[in-house]
Amino acid sequence: MKKIVAMVILASVILTTAFAMTGCSDRVVLNVFNWGEYIDESLIDRFEDETGIKVNYKTYDTNETLLAKLEAGGVSYDVVFPSDYAISEMIKRDMLLPIDFGNIPNFIYIDGRFKNREYDPENKYSVPYFWGTIGILYNKNMVDDPVDSWSILWDEKYKGKILMKKDVRDAMGIALKLLGYSMNSTNDSELQEAKELLVSQKDLINGYYGDEIKDMIANGDAALGVTYSGDFMDLYWDESTDFSYIGYGVPREGTNLWFDAMVIPKVSKHKAEAEMFINFMLDPEIAFQNSNEVGYTSPNTEALRRIREESPEVFELPAYWPDDSIVELSEVYVDLGEYKTIYNQIWMEVRIE
Amino acid sequence: MRRRMKLLAYPYSAWMMIFIIFPLLLVLLYSLTSGDIHDFSSLQFSLQSYKRVAEPIFLKVIGNSFALAIISTIFCFIIGYPVAMIIARANPRHRGKLLMFIIVPMWMNFLLRTYAWMAILSPNGVLNRFLNVIGLQPLEIMPGEIAVLLGMVYNFLPFMILPIYTVLVKIDRNLLEAAGDLGANKVMTFFRVEFPLSIPGVVSGITMVFMPAVSTFVISGLLGGGKTPLIGDLIEQQFMSDRNWHFGSSLSIILMIMILISMAVMSRMDRNDEKERKPV
Repeated sequence: MKKIVAMVILASVILTTAFAMTGCSDRVVLNVFNWGEYIDESLIDRFEDETGIKVNYKTYDTNETLLAKLEAGGVSYDVVFPSDYAISEMIKRDMLLPIDFGNIPNFIYIDGRFKNREYDPENKYSVPYFWGTIGILYNKNMVDDPVDSWSILWDEKYKGKILMKKDVRDAMGIALKLLGYSMNSTNDSELQEAKELLVSQKDLINGYYGDEIKDMIANGDAALGVTYSGDFMDLYWDESTDFSYIGYGVPREGTNLWFDAMVIPKVSKHKAEAEMFINFMLDPEIAFQNSNEVGYTSPNTEALRRIREESPEVFELPAYWPDDSIVELSEVYVDLGEYKTIYNQIWMEVRIE
Repeated sequence: MRRRMKLLAYPYSAWMMIFIIFPLLLVLLYSLTSGDIHDFSSLQFSLQSYKRVAEPIFLKVIGNSFALAIISTIFCFIIGYPVAMIIARANPRHRGKLLMFIIVPMWMNFLLRTYAWMAILSPNGVLNRFLNVIGLQPLEIMPGEIAVLLGMVYNFLPFMILPIYTVLVKIDRNLLEAAGDLGANKVMTFFRVEFPLSIPGVVSGITMVFMPAVSTFVISGLLGGGKTPLIGDLIEQQFMSDRNWHFGSSLSIILMIMILISMAVMSRMDRNDEKERKPV
């Protein structure tokens, strides 16, 4: 009898251990793939503690890298953070899972202005994470006019001190916007006018650059340069150097609005947990902490209300909080389809002529 | 024995097939077709992209690239040859150290070195700040062709010096002494004996400078302000932002053909020279 009892005890011990161990390996691992320095990493630990889900967090540096990795296969990312145009491409190419918004009650905190935007018109696939604008970064010691119009990039006074963005959509978009047209124009005569405008600018600018613009303006190499609002916010939050001589203006004609949004790729194996993660990031408290840490503008109304209480001064910055009237006039880039080739051809002609 | 030697060639042959021949054929295929690049069944024969290369604006870009590459090769030669000669004639104990000065900068990443030039030449860069301190007018070098040329010459100079040095250092000194004994002065000795003997080194130096110079895109993009794109920029744009692989491939093939022609001309010169030298 004793033997049988001992056997039963032993068997149950083995069984429970076995179950416990399978439970251990069953712990869901959520693969989150985000831009570098784009989250408060302590929030990841908090999410793990609260839900018991393990997060495997990795970063990338361009939308193209993200697209290439997803295209190449062999990965199972559950939450990724592409920008607007990349999202519309991913939707078109059937790379995303529709999100079940019933699992994301915190979606109510997202500013209505940023729902159903051009890149995801029915808002089926994406939840905005941060947003910003394209504008003019300038050196206050070198510019004494107000920086509130794209036309300053055509001002003879700053000849040789203007940096233009080496990007077909940004360059064309700025010219189109200054002419009063849509940044997504597919009207040939409008595009022709934009081309002439850009050609006339060529003698005035120092050159076409990419990521170098932020450093060149900060270094005093040029007076004005076209960049993302995020570049200004990076300088603004920089604690090691005083960049108070740097300003950022958002032109009154309107500009490009950019969004980075959370989406669930089709390769995801843990959709429900991915939705939990997205919902977690939208929690007012979490979104507030994250936005505070990253320094970009959150689309989360509740988080913004708290930031306004705590540091109202950032709302004076056009890079953080552009005028509502400007946001009203601004546009998100949409996929141009066939017109992409025409934009590229015009841009190439502008640069070679 | 010979058979065993042949075996040694297999790894490289395999390497060449996978990483050189196959990609080249792929580029050739894309250049001659149109359609979806991810779906081979949709590809159709088309000379459209070659026709596009012949458009005046692209010919202008190709012309610019060749002109700039030729000028920078000439500068590399003018600067590089005397340097190679000085090192070759230096005391053998010091040669290693002198060569180190040429080679060590090459250990640094090429992109990093170009960014360093940007920091030096930019409007408010190191050079202009220095000129400002000593009371001189700032120079407007960057962006511009002078800056691009400077960047190219700096980056490619070692490729000119090293092959010339290798040839010069092997020239039998007795030949030069013999020329002197026969009544040639130093200038004559150089032009009639030493220089002709160093031609193979010059040819490979020119080849090694000209090829990267004609296809570069980083230097012109950063130091030239992107205002005068070179063929390398054009190719990069086709593959990265425009995603027009067909046109990008055609441009690459045309560039390759033009480089091959220039190389053929160069090696012809080399061979002619060998013939002339034989009677000596």
